[in-house]
Amino acid sequence: MAAIFQGLGAATALSPSNCFDSNKLHYSSRRSLSGRKASFFVVRSDGSVNFASNSRAHRAQQVITNAVATKADNSAASTKAGHELLLFEALREGLEEEMDRDPHVCVMGEDVGHYGGSYKVTRGLADKYGDLRVLDTPIAENSFTGMGIGAAMTGLRPIVEGMNMGFLLLAFNQISNNCGMLHYTSGGQFTIPIVIRGPGGVGRQLGAEHSQRLESYFQSIPGIQMVACSTPYNAKGLMKAAIRSENPVILFEHVLLYNLKEKIPDEEYICNLEEAEMVRPGEHVTILTYSRMRYHVMQAAKTLVNKGYDPEVIDIRSLKPFDLHTIGNSIKKTHRVLIVEECMRTGGIGASLTAAITENFHDYLDAPIVCLSSQDVPTPYAGTLEEWTVVQPAQIVTAVEKLCQ
Amino acid sequence: MSSSTFFSSSSINTIKSSCFTTENHSSIIPTSSFLGSTHKLRFNPLTANSPTRFIKNRQTHIVAVSDVKQKQLKSTPFVGNLLITKEEGLELYEDMILGRTFEDMCAQMYYRGKMFGFVHLYNGQEAVSTGFIKLLKQQDCVVSTYRDHVHALSKGVPAREVMSELFGKTTGCVRGQGGSMHMFSKEHNLIGGFAFIGEGIPIATGTAFTSKYNRDVLKQADCDHVTLAFFGDGTCNNGQFFECLNMAALWKLPIVFVVENNLWAIGMSHERATSDPEIWKKGPAFGMPGVHVDGMDVLKVREVAKEAVERARRGDGPTLIECETYRFRGHSLADPDELRDPSEKAHYAARDPITALKKYMIENKLANEGELKAIEKKIDELVEEAVEFADASPHPDRSQLLQNVFADPKGFGIGPDGRYRCEDPKFTQGTAHV
Repeated sequence: MAAIFQGLGAATALSPSNCFDSNKLHYSSRRSLSGRKASFFVVRSDGSVNFASNSRAHRAQQVITNAVATKADNSAASTKAGHELLLFEALREGLEEEMDRDPHVCVMGEDVGHYGGSYKVTRGLADKYGDLRVLDTPIAENSFTGMGIGAAMTGLRPIVEGMNMGFLLLAFNQISNNCGMLHYTSGGQFTIPIVIRGPGGVGRQLGAEHSQRLESYFQSIPGIQMVACSTPYNAKGLMKAAIRSENPVILFEHVLLYNLKEKIPDEEYICNLEEAEMVRPGEHVTILTYSRMRYHVMQAAKTLVNKGYDPEVIDIRSLKPFDLHTIGNSIKKTHRVLIVEECMRTGGIGASLTAAITENFHDYLDAPIVCLSSQDVPTPYAGTLEEWTVVQPAQIVTAVEKLCQ
Repeated sequence: MSSSTFFSSSSINTIKSSCFTTENHSSIIPTSSFLGSTHKLRFNPLTANSPTRFIKNRQTHIVAVSDVKQKQLKSTPFVGNLLITKEEGLELYEDMILGRTFEDMCAQMYYRGKMFGFVHLYNGQEAVSTGFIKLLKQQDCVVSTYRDHVHALSKGVPAREVMSELFGKTTGCVRGQGGSMHMFSKEHNLIGGFAFIGEGIPIATGTAFTSKYNRDVLKQADCDHVTLAFFGDGTCNNGQFFECLNMAALWKLPIVFVVENNLWAIGMSHERATSDPEIWKKGPAFGMPGVHVDGMDVLKVREVAKEAVERARRGDGPTLIECETYRFRGHSLADPDELRDPSEKAHYAARDPITALKKYMIENKLANEGELKAIEKKIDELVEEAVEFADASPHPDRSQLLQNVFADPKGFGIGPDGRYRCEDPKFTQGTAHV
């Protein structure tokens, strides 16, 4: 959907008169080759947003301010209709719209009901839909994830929340053997339209177990799709797309992005689960990133632009499968690739991406692919050590400078 | 009290009395002595004085035929003192013969190189599958384990489809993609064979949750579907068992937890693995009835099952039932079965559930030898036909390779050319690189 949205261009995309039929858009989301190359429109989390009133977002604010730079003129976005909300509210809005649309959609997890979710993504939903549709479960990740799968096999469309993504390691067997493989082992008879989501990534001094980079763990499970949201716009769109998908989808949210603010359309929209998002078109180097690192990259991009570089930034969004079309087109233009991720260096998303690019676009590369991943260490508690564990904007600037020499 | 009170007509009484079974076993008369394992913990000299309580303390609270008979006499005098009608008896007999004959044939075919991998046979435990599953409606769900062939058959999956699956053929019930431990049938609501210990229990809890959701949220008042979760004694030491007992009781889900306690988790004796070997006692601990039944007697199993299934159907919540049974073969066909004591095997072989039912039916003039022989012959032919069908069926074609990985094949993503990979002709040929 995003691609179509982009293809339409900024002026029409946010026109209030342009009423989107979500179903139509969903099913017509087969990519249009010509459309994708057209002007790129980005709904941005721009620097003008004021985070000051929200102390929880303080750290995020430092990182995010002015993070999204784009060559496209976004004045249309700010003047047209739409509403401004935080990323967690966007997720909630997507969830609520889908629960309104389809009574089979239900939520289960620890503290999703009365408490409203550890990051308030399900706030107020239990009051509206009742305790059975927004089910507070005992602390039993393996069992309630399995329960979600059993419910999905028999007609419901559950969204299972991991209170912290790391806790889903306790449900790894269910996610792998049942979520991922059961459609296949049942000869295609049973589908598992489940969404597994929750806060993940390296937060602010949460310690090793609560600062997991799980993408690498989940990526080799067959039969599962993985997406990572990074803006309120795509958070809502991906949430809705994931709920509607017949495939099991893991939706990665980042603890430091929940308070990101953005204006999103009032009209219903959904994103395409398989498509990457062009964040900033450029000519000199392709920077592939996702989730929180998008903002480190955009911070670096600002410096790079001042230094005379013109980087192209792509939020890959779909961590499995990769959108090789968007990625490939960019590489064919820039001939240089920098990957910036928060995932582990060994066996991470970056490693898989490197392999996929080498395999498919080697001939277009003028320089070896550079991959900046977080360090292969348990996420340290100490602020200084934690900062050195994940990629910082300065490293990105240096890497691009080297790459473009 | 105890198990017999489980049949109390008032559901409230049932819960209460069953909750207190542990305090009230004075009135129960053990009618059978299940010895369980004859192996005791081998204590080293340092712990020579430790209490060897394992087998002594096993109090066998088994539903006695006499209990059931008395209840039957009171409530349904018109069937005399018989537990089943002729038709029911013949159906049970046929299902058990099918299970036994099918599994024996599997062993033959395995040794003949027609099927591969781990094949776990059900011989000896037929009374459990038949006693429970033959009570169900098609919409009711069955969740099984790696030892799932016979559960599939009892639930109505055609023998030829199960055999063909074991042969790895495309006509198998899951197109050759699952194998012995992964039998599924959406049509028959066989929710699956789950090959890891315990992982099926949460799934079963989920299907029971759907029943409740359909009734309470979607207002499908007539939705009274029940789920049966089968698993073994070994699983009862796994966290998922306890977690799901808790959730099922908490939300009063329409589920029956059926423990097929065959006393052995491969080579680990139940007595050596479990601090309190009476699994049924764990039901009351979670606020649900726990029942211990002779799993070698299909009629006793059926009576207990009937009450538990009806209870779940009424919306009165889950039940835990421990069926004490025995497998006549090794854990799988790869198991040399050298550990179990021959006298233990002989003890249970003498209590063959099929022989017992046959004896009951003939003694009670529910059927004559000829009728039962006819069933045996019919099943022999059916199983022969299943083998022929499986043998003649084609192996999966290459084009099948990439199917069913994703329900929506767009999950394979977008290729460099901008098209979804699943639109590539090589994808449907199974030769695409994904």
